[in-house]
Amino acid sequence: MAKSKQELQSIATQVRRDILRMVCMAKSGHPGGSMGSTDILTTLYFNEMNQNPATWTRDGKGQDMFILSAGHMTPVYYSVLARAGYFPVSELASFRQMGTRLQGHPSVRKNLPGVFQASGSLGQGLSAACGLAMGKKMDQDPNFVYCLCGDGESEEGQIWEAGMFAVFHKLDNLIAMTDWNGKQIDGPVDEVAGEGDLAAKWEAWGWKVIVADGHDFDAIAKAFELAKAGKGSGVPTMILFKTEMGHGVDFMAGTHKWHGSVPKPEQLEDALKQLGETPLGDF
Amino acid sequence: MKKYIDTGKKDTRSGFGVGLLKAGQANPNVVALTADLKGSLKMDAFAAEFPERFIQCGIAEANMVGAAAGLAITGKIPFIGSFAEFVTGRVYDQIRQEVAYGCTNVKIASSHAGITLGEDGATHQTMEDIALMRALPGMVVLNPCDFNQTMQATIAAAKYDGPVYLRFGRPSVPNFTPEDEPFVIGKAIVMNEGKDVTLVATGHTVWEALQAAEALEAEGISAEVINMATIKPLDEEALVKSAQKTGAVVVAEEHNMAGGLGEAVAAALARKFPAPVQFVNGEDKFGQSGTPSALMAAYGLDAPHIAEAAKKALARK
Repeated sequence: MAKSKQELQSIATQVRRDILRMVCMAKSGHPGGSMGSTDILTTLYFNEMNQNPATWTRDGKGQDMFILSAGHMTPVYYSVLARAGYFPVSELASFRQMGTRLQGHPSVRKNLPGVFQASGSLGQGLSAACGLAMGKKMDQDPNFVYCLCGDGESEEGQIWEAGMFAVFHKLDNLIAMTDWNGKQIDGPVDEVAGEGDLAAKWEAWGWKVIVADGHDFDAIAKAFELAKAGKGSGVPTMILFKTEMGHGVDFMAGTHKWHGSVPKPEQLEDALKQLGETPLGDF
Repeated sequence: MKKYIDTGKKDTRSGFGVGLLKAGQANPNVVALTADLKGSLKMDAFAAEFPERFIQCGIAEANMVGAAAGLAITGKIPFIGSFAEFVTGRVYDQIRQEVAYGCTNVKIASSHAGITLGEDGATHQTMEDIALMRALPGMVVLNPCDFNQTMQATIAAAKYDGPVYLRFGRPSVPNFTPEDEPFVIGKAIVMNEGKDVTLVATGHTVWEALQAAEALEAEGISAEVINMATIKPLDEEALVKSAQKTGAVVVAEEHNMAGGLGEAVAAALARKFPAPVQFVNGEDKFGQSGTPSALMAAYGLDAPHIAEAAKKALARK
């Protein structure tokens, strides 16, 4: 059953609390981008994807599949997977610890349910997603493949190789997303690499492009609806989600400084207060 | 000495092409991808028989590796084909993350390997690919010696569950192994039994080692010849058994010293049975344009150089 906007908001708030507590416990990790893409992943896993943790297998047969190409955003990924029922929420406490299934970047070597492929070295996940989408077509599996990239990540040439491949092979069961927050480790994307107008670039590449507010649940739902309507068109879809790095906590929002740094204990307390407790409860 | 007959020169890449077609006929999950080198990789027959299972990727090797990994996750058995340099050095990180660390059942078909690529010169002649692929945890590294063995190795790679690096070449070379001998991954093949010196060879150097053994026999030296078609996992048992018998070893490969079969053999012997080892390889150099045979001679990889190395190894006993 689809979640209401209020329910999604509540889950997303809890996911942001999880993200902050995970990186603080691990004293490392990437909270900024995670908090920016929380609303997208929450909508994806709780309302959009045809997925079922109880019957999940790595081959993704009969279900939608998701690839986190920007692999450093594990805090949001693991939190959403746990909250969606793939593994116990309590396991989030093991993030980045020795022996954990919750590796710093996604791994398939620890048998963590929900993870289809390793990622972390940037620019590669969209290619893997193309392969998944092609495999589904070969098997006449009508489900979708989703892939989340970063805008900084899109400086990698391989993203554009995959972009050409998906159009040439008519992968209209592929819905790619870009977390378009305009920030990367070293600063604003346009100051680091001059990436320019991503919408115009993806359009020129031949993709159906949707630009949406990545923090507005109605806009996110609408974007997915439009993307899914592209099935049968022979054209893959790229949703460029306008997001804010560190969204939800005032001192973290809108700056690249929280890409890969962790709040101090008093900052964590402040941040958790700003996010407010939810009925879902902390791990 | 056991006689090997060259049944007619053929290129090992054509052995791959036939093996791929047979693997595709045996298993509908086998798919093939190339980065604009369908003809060079001899994938035409597979593409003609299974057009829906042949995927042209254009000149974009990095994406090809990732797409193959994705296909493998859905249950396909993808063979990705390009020149050795472009499916190793160019995409090392992609293979590392998507295939090796990602545990995907991808087969890397690596043609035009080594110096015998010939006239195109050093940009295309990788002598470092074995080192790169050996370095990856869990990667199986195969370097069959002729057309027949490459065909059989391709079939074996398709049946094996896990990442495989399958290395072969461009030039026409003697075809001398049995057409119907199944390839066993991880098993060395003793081509000739001898007692004075062991010649370990892989790929194109196996024929050269056999020629060297004949020349040595004429001089009263009995050489054991081992075809190390599987470089990783190395058949250390067969290697040590032979070294214990002969007490001197030569390793010949169409690859540089660093990270090659020679170092793998030396490391195994250092641990299990220290013995003098001589190396026949490209040392620490780049290639250059030339005919394959001229290059094999110029870089010291042919039969006379192997025979010379054998004598040096013998002298160190």
